[in-house]
Amino acid sequence: MRSAVPILTVVAVILGLWYLAVGPMNFRLALDAATRGGEAVTPATPDEQSETGLIRLMLDNPDVLPAAYAFERPRLPQPQDVVVEIYDNTVGLARGCEWQGWGAESDNWTGLSDGCLRVIENRRSLIYHAWKTLAPTLVGFAIGTGLGILLAVGIVYNRTMDLSVMPWAIASQTIPILAIAPMIIVVMNAMGIQGLLPKSLISSYLSFFPVVVGMVKGLRSPGSMDLDLLRTYSASRPQEFWKLRLPSSLPYLFASLKIGIAAALVGTIVAELPTGARFGLGARLLSGSYYGQTVQIWAALIMAAVCAAGLVWLIGAIEKRTLTRLGLVR
Amino acid sequence: MIKAEGLNLVFQTNDGPVHALKDVDLGIDKGEFVSFIGPSGCGKTTLLRCIAALEEPTGGSLTVNGMSPDEARRNRAYGYVFQAAGLYPWRTIAGNIKLPLEIMGFLRSEQEKRVNNVLQLVDLEGFGKKYPWQLSGGMQQRASIARALAFDADLLLMDEPFGALDEIVRDHLNEQLLQLWARTDKTIAFVTHSIPEAVYLSTKIVVMSPRPGRITDIIDSPLPKERPLDIRDTPEFLAVAHRVREGLRAGHAYDD
Ligand SMILES: Nc1ncnc2c1ncn2[C@@H]1O[C@H](COP(=O)(O)OP(=O)(O)OP(=O)(O)O)[C@@H](O)[C@H]1O
Ligand SMILES: [Mg+2]
Repeated sequence: MRSAVPILTVVAVILGLWYLAVGPMNFRLALDAATRGGEAVTPATPDEQSETGLIRLMLDNPDVLPAAYAFERPRLPQPQDVVVEIYDNTVGLARGCEWQGWGAESDNWTGLSDGCLRVIENRRSLIYHAWKTLAPTLVGFAIGTGLGILLAVGIVYNRTMDLSVMPWAIASQTIPILAIAPMIIVVMNAMGIQGLLPKSLISSYLSFFPVVVGMVKGLRSPGSMDLDLLRTYSASRPQEFWKLRLPSSLPYLFASLKIGIAAALVGTIVAELPTGARFGLGARLLSGSYYGQTVQIWAALIMAAVCAAGLVWLIGAIEKRTLTRLGLVR
Repeated sequence: MIKAEGLNLVFQTNDGPVHALKDVDLGIDKGEFVSFIGPSGCGKTTLLRCIAALEEPTGGSLTVNGMSPDEARRNRAYGYVFQAAGLYPWRTIAGNIKLPLEIMGFLRSEQEKRVNNVLQLVDLEGFGKKYPWQLSGGMQQRASIARALAFDADLLLMDEPFGALDEIVRDHLNEQLLQLWARTDKTIAFVTHSIPEAVYLSTKIVVMSPRPGRITDIIDSPLPKERPLDIRDTPEFLAVAHRVREGLRAGHAYDD
C-alpha cells in the first residue's frame, strides 16, 4: 500500500503532461480544419500557417484550442479516449458473459456463454492480441534464458569459449533487430516453419544477452576463499558448480531475467512489425498506423506496457520466493 | 605428522619474485598445538596453505602424515578454518556443516549424526536450522570450526580464526578451543598475531619474520596441558611471552 502513493503520483504527473500536450500536438490539424471551414484565422492561408511557429499560431488563434482537444482523428488522442478504447476492447466485449454450467444448455464445452469467448477470440479484443504476443514472448524467453545460461556456463568453464563467445554475443546485439527480423521470418518460412516459433526466435535473440552477462558475473562471484574451501575438500568441478557457483549466481540471474523478459516482449512486437502479422500487439500498432488510428496505437502500446510490467512483476515474485527459500533474503 | 625440510616458496609477481618462505624446517608431532606468530607478510598463511596443498612449494620437501600434501588432502587429513567464517549464506548452519560431508559422500543418516555431534562440540546445539546472518560473528566462527571438524580429520589448520573478534569473545573461544583440543586429541596448527593467544594455546610456538619469510625461533611451552584463563598471570606464562616477544624483535633487528 505504501508503494501506491508514489506510483499514483507518477501516473498523475504523466497524465497531466499528456493532457497538456494534446492541444499543441493537434493544434495545426484543428487550425487546418477551421481554415477549410471558412472561419477567420490568422494568418489566413495554409501556406502562411505552415511557415508560422506553433506558439505564435496558438497565441493568435486561442478560439481554435477547444477544437484541438475535441479533434476527431487526433495526432495525439486524449488519455480518456485511450482508456475507453482499451475498455471497449477488453472488458467491454465481455457483456453477456455468464457461467451457464456444464452440460447441454451451455453454448459450448467450456460452460461459458459465447459472450465470454468473444473477449478472447474477437479480433478486436486486446486480450486476444496480447495473448498472441505473450505466447511467443514466453517461449522466446525460455529459449533465450536456456541458451544464455548454457553460454554462461561454457564461458566460465571453458577458456576457449571465454575468449570467443563474448565478443560475438556483444556483436549480435549491435545488429538492429529490425534488420534481421524479416530475414529470420523469411528463412524460416522457406523451411516451412510459421506461427509462433519465428517470433519466439527473434525474442530469444534479444533476451539471451542480459542472461549471459548476468550469469557469467554471477558464476564468477564466489570469492577465492569460498573456492579454496571447496578445494580443501577436494571437491570436483560439478560439485563446485552445483554447491557454490550456481547458488551464488541466482541473485544475478534474476536481475538479468527481469531485463531479459522485457527485451523478449520488445523482440516479439518488433518481429510482428515488418512481417505484416495479423495478430498480436505489433500487428495492432501496424494497422493503427496504416489507418491513422492513433487511439488504437496508444491502446496497443499501453497494453504492451501493462504486459511488460506484469511479466517483470512475475519474475520479481518468483525471485522473492526463491531467494527467501534459499535464505538469501532476510 | 607434518615434516618440512628446507621448504622454499617464491611467488613470481609483476614486481619481481617474492620470497614468501625461505628454508623452513619444521616438525609437528601428533597431538601438538602449534602456533605461528609473526608480523604481517612473514608467510604464516602461505605456510599453512602449503600444508593444505593450496599452494605449491618451489623447493624443499613437505610431508603430511608421511604423504605429499596433495595426497593428504585427498585422504581428508585436515580441516581448514579461514580467517573469515565463510559460511555459505544460502545454507543453514547445519547445511554448511554438511557441505564437506555431502562432497565426501557420507550417508545421509551419518551426516545428521555428525552435524549434531560437532554442533555440540562447539556449543551451538539448537542453532542448526538458523541461517548464518542470524548468528553473531563469534557463533559464525564456531560454526566454521564445526564444519572443519565434521569429517573428523586429525589435523586442524586455523588461519587467524579469531582475528576479527573482540577480546572478550576471543578469550572465551580460546578457552573452548583448548577444551576441544584436549577432548578430541587433534593436532592443531594455528596462526595468530597475538602473543598472549599464542602462549595460552600452544604446546609449541613458531616465531617467524618477513622478507624473506622464515622461522626465527621455535619455543616449546613448559605450561601444563590444563590451562585456566588466569594462567596468563603466572610467571611461567610471562616468561614464555617474553621469549616470544624477544624472538619477534630479533626478527626485526635482522631486517634493518
Ligand atoms: N598469491 C600470491 N601471489 C604473490 N605473492 C603472494 C601471494 N600470496 C602471498 N604473497 C606474498 O607472500 C608474502 C607472505 O604472505 P602471507 O599471506 O603468507 O603473509 P602472512 O604472514 O599470512 O601475513 P598476515 O599476517 O598479514 O596474514 C607476502 O609478502 C605476500 O605479499
Ligand atoms: Mg595471513
